[in-house]
Amino acid sequence: MNYHLNFNLIWRHFDKLWQGLVLSLELAVLSILIGAIIGLVLAIWYVSAGKLVRAIISAYVEFIRNVPLILLVYIVFYGIPTVVDFAYSATVSFVGTLSLYAGAYLVEVFRSGLEAVPRGQIDAGKAIGLTPLQRLLHVRLPTMARITLPALSNTFISLFKDTSVASVISVPELTYGAQWINFNTFRIVEVYIVTTIMYLITGYSILFGLRGLERRFRAER
Amino acid sequence: MGENRRPLLGIESLRKSFGKVEVLKGIDMAVHKGEVVSVIGPSGSGKTTLLRCVNFLEIYERGSIRIDGQEVGYRDGDNRQRRGETDLARMRAETGMVFQSFNLFPHLTAVQNVMLGLVKVRRKPKQEAREIAEHWLKRVGLGHRIDSLPAELSGGQQQRVGIARAVAMEPKILLLDEITSALDPELVTEVLDVVRQLAEDGMTMLMVTHEIAFARDASDRIVFMDDGRVSAEGPPGELMAQAGSNERLDAFLSRFRTSHL
Amino acid sequence: MDAMLYALPFLMKGFSITLWVSALVVVFSLAAGLVLGVALVYGPRPLQWIVRLFSDCIRGIPILVLIFVVYYGFPPLGISINSFWAGVVALTLFKAAQVIEYVRGAISSIPRGQMEAGKAIGLTFVQRLQSVIFPQAVRRFLPPWINGVTDAVKGSALISLLGVVDLMQSINEVIGRTYEAMPLYLLGAFIYFAINYSLSLTSRFVERRYAYIRD
Repeated sequence: MNYHLNFNLIWRHFDKLWQGLVLSLELAVLSILIGAIIGLVLAIWYVSAGKLVRAIISAYVEFIRNVPLILLVYIVFYGIPTVVDFAYSATVSFVGTLSLYAGAYLVEVFRSGLEAVPRGQIDAGKAIGLTPLQRLLHVRLPTMARITLPALSNTFISLFKDTSVASVISVPELTYGAQWINFNTFRIVEVYIVTTIMYLITGYSILFGLRGLERRFRAER
Repeated sequence: MGENRRPLLGIESLRKSFGKVEVLKGIDMAVHKGEVVSVIGPSGSGKTTLLRCVNFLEIYERGSIRIDGQEVGYRDGDNRQRRGETDLARMRAETGMVFQSFNLFPHLTAVQNVMLGLVKVRRKPKQEAREIAEHWLKRVGLGHRIDSLPAELSGGQQQRVGIARAVAMEPKILLLDEITSALDPELVTEVLDVVRQLAEDGMTMLMVTHEIAFARDASDRIVFMDDGRVSAEGPPGELMAQAGSNERLDAFLSRFRTSHL
Repeated sequence: MDAMLYALPFLMKGFSITLWVSALVVVFSLAAGLVLGVALVYGPRPLQWIVRLFSDCIRGIPILVLIFVVYYGFPPLGISINSFWAGVVALTLFKAAQVIEYVRGAISSIPRGQMEAGKAIGLTFVQRLQSVIFPQAVRRFLPPWINGVTDAVKGSALISLLGVVDLMQSINEVIGRTYEAMPLYLLGAFIYFAINYSLSLTSRFVERRYAYIRD
């Protein structure tokens, strides 16, 4: 092995990685927020709707889950603008894609969360005269939130890792930053060591942070 | 005296701790061939731990447990070396164990549950193993359910398969760990009847039980354990008589007097 | 439409590469994951720590980064590797970490009493694994594992970025010539969907088949 590690060039361009990491986190946060709204709306709709709506929601979920993310990214960024006259930046396009992607996973999470709310609680809500909307807001959603919190955390971590795919449409997130340094300095091994460590530290910090929050949330109840 | 008076199971100064809590604080006990000994006592007194040590399901470090003169978990010699995996398996095959929660293998039928040890441990040909297994399942009254999966059997039936699985190995001693505690009251009798039958046939047994009435009827000797020690022991009648002078035993037995007797 | 028909044999070739990569990854990761998974549960402490560290690290790194790490990182270290095998190795690492967790989950779902019952009738450790633990663990392992094969198929699309002409890359190349982006993307999506959805259905079928054993 006659490769000599030299991290100087990496530190010189470290801002590419740092800003990339910040953008990765922003992409993940935006996507989980929009995805959670999509997921929640569709889940509530699903449990109360008829067969046709359920079939359509299921089709969306199954499509997203069974197609590679990179292809979804291409479809939204390169494909859709060829059929509709509508322009958007790569970053916006990616947030849209990842939100739809997150939404599909979260529909399932929220749906099973809603269905896991014990019958007795809903009946109790009826018994004290709550309207269906009140029951949803005050009985089903709070219980569901508690049940689904761990799954939400996991989804967020996955999304954070999935943001690396944004590099394929030149969104300057962390992986893109790594590639940029790779092509411009050829310090290949060093840049991927640093990038990998950044992903690991960030990912596990988020994980431990969210687990801590979950514990507090549980303890308060 | 001499060799033939050596107990089949001999326990000497056995101590066992879980972390800082000492559960067994020096147990001495002997079970002779053909004897049925019941261990009773309040929960937390260490009786189940004692039984599990005999099968080395709990690893004891201090004291000794010998079956037919052989130390259970450790090789003979001065430096007390833990037995290897194969050696330990061979020792365990000498004792049969029936569990509180049955622990039948859920992916195997009743007859396959009984056959497994015969084929893998006793190296019997399949056909012979099957005949032995069927014989024992008939003995416990399950001749008609040999091909049922555990999930298709009632609790009492499952526990009878558990007993058949243990005795089919022809163990030197049978260990019964609260075998009726997980059963609905109406299923207890069918299991106890099987145990009684085995006792009459001369099977050596050490059982931990909450069924005081059964212990009194079926055992040669009862051991009362309290706080990790043997607090009293003797033939059933004698033990019950000791209650007057043993406060803890009296307190323990009084619960059963009010409810059952 | 003509362009698509014309491109079909080319796409079929890419499709077969995708299947081939996925199959290699599935087989290699199954073998590695089973061994490491058993080591994680039953191995000596130091080995458990090493497997735990391996699995946690791999699962914390994006697959795309893993692919780049192997492809760009191995040659400077003196290990020459072409893009195809770099993809296979990276995806195998990723899948193996998954398999390790499936194995751990499957084994730890078996009640402790099962191991004890096996001990009590005198089975050795290997016999207990063979006759008691594995037969029960299989039915918990199979459904998530089959379902997880889709991750190998989906992940394999990323090796198009190394220039491997798999299904994804062949679609890109046809689009490069015909400029008919949307129909080809949708065709590609449909093919991936067909493979993965049938895997999901298989997984559900297997789950139901094993449902007869309840404990």
